[in-house]
Amino acid sequence: MIDPPRIPRRTAIQWLSTAAASLSIPGNPVLSAATGAAAPIAGTGYGPDPDLLKVYAPGDLWPLTFSDDQRRLVIALCDIIIPAEEDSPSASEVGVADFVDEWISSPYRDQASDRNLILKGLAWLDEEAPRRDPASASFLGLDSETRLRVCQELAVGAKANRREYPGSFFYLLRNLIAGGYYTTPEGMKAIGYAGNSPSPVWNGPPAEVLKRLGLEGE
Amino acid sequence: MPVISPAEVKKDYDVIVVGSGAGGGQTAYSLAMEGVKVLVLEAGRMFDPVRETAMFHTPNMAPLRASRTPDKQYGFYDSSVDSGWTIPGEPYTNASKEEIRQFAWWRQRMMGGRTNHWGRVSLRNGPYDFKTRTLQGVGFDWPISYDDLAPWYDKAEMLAGIFGENEGLENSPDSSPGVLLPAPKLRAGELLAQDRARKKLGISIVPVHRAILTRTQDSEGIPRKLHPGNPKAQRLLAENMRRRSPCFHATDCHRGCSIKAAFDSTTVLLAPALASGNLDILPNAMGREVTIGKDGTASGVTYIDKVDDTEHHVSGRVVVLAASSQESVRLLLNSKSNRFPDGLGNDHGLVGKYLTDSLASSFSAQIPALENMPVYNEDGVVGQQAYAPFWLCQDLLAGKLPFSGGYKLLTVAGRKMPQLSVGKMFDSVSDAPGIPFGKQLKEEARRYYGSFQGIGAQGAMHANDDCYAEIDPKVKDQWGIPALRFHWKFSDDELRQVSHQQEWIANILDSMGARFTRDPYIANPEKAVKQGGSIIHEVGGAIMGEDSEKSVTNGFGQLWQVPNVAIADGAVFPGTADKNPTLTILALAMRTADHLAAELKRGNL
Repeated sequence: MIDPPRIPRRTAIQWLSTAAASLSIPGNPVLSAATGAAAPIAGTGYGPDPDLLKVYAPGDLWPLTFSDDQRRLVIALCDIIIPAEEDSPSASEVGVADFVDEWISSPYRDQASDRNLILKGLAWLDEEAPRRDPASASFLGLDSETRLRVCQELAVGAKANRREYPGSFFYLLRNLIAGGYYTTPEGMKAIGYAGNSPSPVWNGPPAEVLKRLGLEGE
Repeated sequence: MPVISPAEVKKDYDVIVVGSGAGGGQTAYSLAMEGVKVLVLEAGRMFDPVRETAMFHTPNMAPLRASRTPDKQYGFYDSSVDSGWTIPGEPYTNASKEEIRQFAWWRQRMMGGRTNHWGRVSLRNGPYDFKTRTLQGVGFDWPISYDDLAPWYDKAEMLAGIFGENEGLENSPDSSPGVLLPAPKLRAGELLAQDRARKKLGISIVPVHRAILTRTQDSEGIPRKLHPGNPKAQRLLAENMRRRSPCFHATDCHRGCSIKAAFDSTTVLLAPALASGNLDILPNAMGREVTIGKDGTASGVTYIDKVDDTEHHVSGRVVVLAASSQESVRLLLNSKSNRFPDGLGNDHGLVGKYLTDSLASSFSAQIPALENMPVYNEDGVVGQQAYAPFWLCQDLLAGKLPFSGGYKLLTVAGRKMPQLSVGKMFDSVSDAPGIPFGKQLKEEARRYYGSFQGIGAQGAMHANDDCYAEIDPKVKDQWGIPALRFHWKFSDDELRQVSHQQEWIANILDSMGARFTRDPYIANPEKAVKQGGSIIHEVGGAIMGEDSEKSVTNGFGQLWQVPNVAIADGAVFPGTADKNPTLTILALAMRTADHLAAELKRGNL
């Protein structure tokens, strides 16, 4: 069956009007002198009828946000939150920093508060650096042990209360980086997801699994 | 006859069907295959599941890791386009401002309707579900019994292709021998739940029934059974059946199925109906009202061509509404005339009344026995494979339970494709002093992935005076068509059912040795109950009955007051059983279409 090449007029008008009304999100992020000002959100969403087959990369649909410094900082955080291991790559190696940028640059309302929180938290990390080591002007100037200690403190704060800043920032960043990682083919392999592979047969769990559950011969 | 534009609409059709989903697709199929000339009006665009489905795409290929957005409200790779709880320019309202009294209305604006976006769970209503008034003194009896509908269930199941097992359960009927396709093997968590629930609680967990081919259909036998004495229909159905492949055990049915293993209306019903030459399909056509002739019978349908916002009219001898239950209600209420000043078939004011939905809640926990499993592919047929049919039927009938509706429990487990939310999934079971990250997170993710078990309850809801739809006196959509206003309220009886759901989900999880991270909402069911409409099982509003004063349609879905208008979607349901509605919509639509075809032949319509 062929889709008649007729686009409803109102749909076309909606596209135009959405494009014209480039959203600016109220309550711009708190910005540090070190990382520079981020532009307000300039992009628009993909609309209710996007091409589902196309493969999208961060930046394809709306402009990204991170400055070079911010990007370097998020790459370092990717390597702390999901480091490389012998048989699996780090989050930064599979492009998760770009995903975090895509997320905080999203024109959709759900991500707007995340944008503020991430940018504020990244600036806070740089502001925190000289308090930990007066010789460091930025988080990346800290040695790796100190960086890790800062993250551990944030993680403890997040566990105590994931809504309280700055733990809330680390909670969100960890969710995006870990979730962004495990939704890549490399991350799926690392977590042990072996599906998405067509097969004419499905025989149920392997014998070893049934044995461990005490279900063999059931 | 093909997919057409308004300029190609013919002067007259035997039957105009509004909607192309389960009810509309089934009606169009059954009529067109028997030689009736049909026009289907679909408010959305054409959609081709073969060409447009992103079967194997992983979330990293989509914007925002395929998360839900206002544009794609069930996630990027869900097949729904131009659809959702909210659609720009197509408002609806709620009468109450209270959060728990908000009804959410999903609209599917695309060819094939909601059959694109569906878990494919296909369960028959049981004998008790048709007679709740007689047996329990609640809700309404249907004007038909289970035995009336059973042959149509068989036919609908053979046509759609449903897997499942006959278990001989009370009020969860078996199919006739040879009708069902084999059920897939259960996953580890499902087997564990099945074993422990049986041994420790005496509850049966059995394979669910779903509209997915687990092997090729019998393309010789089934067409003969469905279309006796009609070689052309047999040939067309056989050809279409041979185009469908069995499930290859990967990718979520909600994405659509390019190999045609999963049932959808476009693939299974509209394709052979189009091939018959008796069906025209007009997409982008938004129904506005059913028109009435001087003789008081329906003369056709006025619709908006969404391509250029022009209004058109098409004539037919019969009009079938299958626009989704509440959209059909809206059409009736907006079809005002001198004869029907309050809406079509609404002399008694019952159109819009008795809205019901599955009464749902869920709960989950981590199962230590499922930790640290070896890596293996556990996609199975993706999605639900097992469920617990309601196990307390006798207590319910005897009035021994503190609520009047049964429920089923669907298990959701397994080593599923990770989604973005997996990043925080392990916090509740982590040993780390803070939220886990680093090497510890990677180790814990490997250990705990696949060890979480969720169980969702879907329960019966009886028709009542608090839940209904009406026309909002002020709000209109972008074409000036008056919008619906919903009234919704959970009864104390329903909330007691939800408490019971929570208690027994927890009991089953506990029988599996669960580690709980919070308590179930037994004492506060209002926290657990899913919002009205959110399960997308809403039905009612133009209920069928035996008494023309107390119902909107007869047992064939024909309006009492205008018999050449029939309703073939969930609007005719006098209540919601603890079964998903789609299979019953298919069976009823098939039965209604068969009746309409016979009446047309006899000259009664």
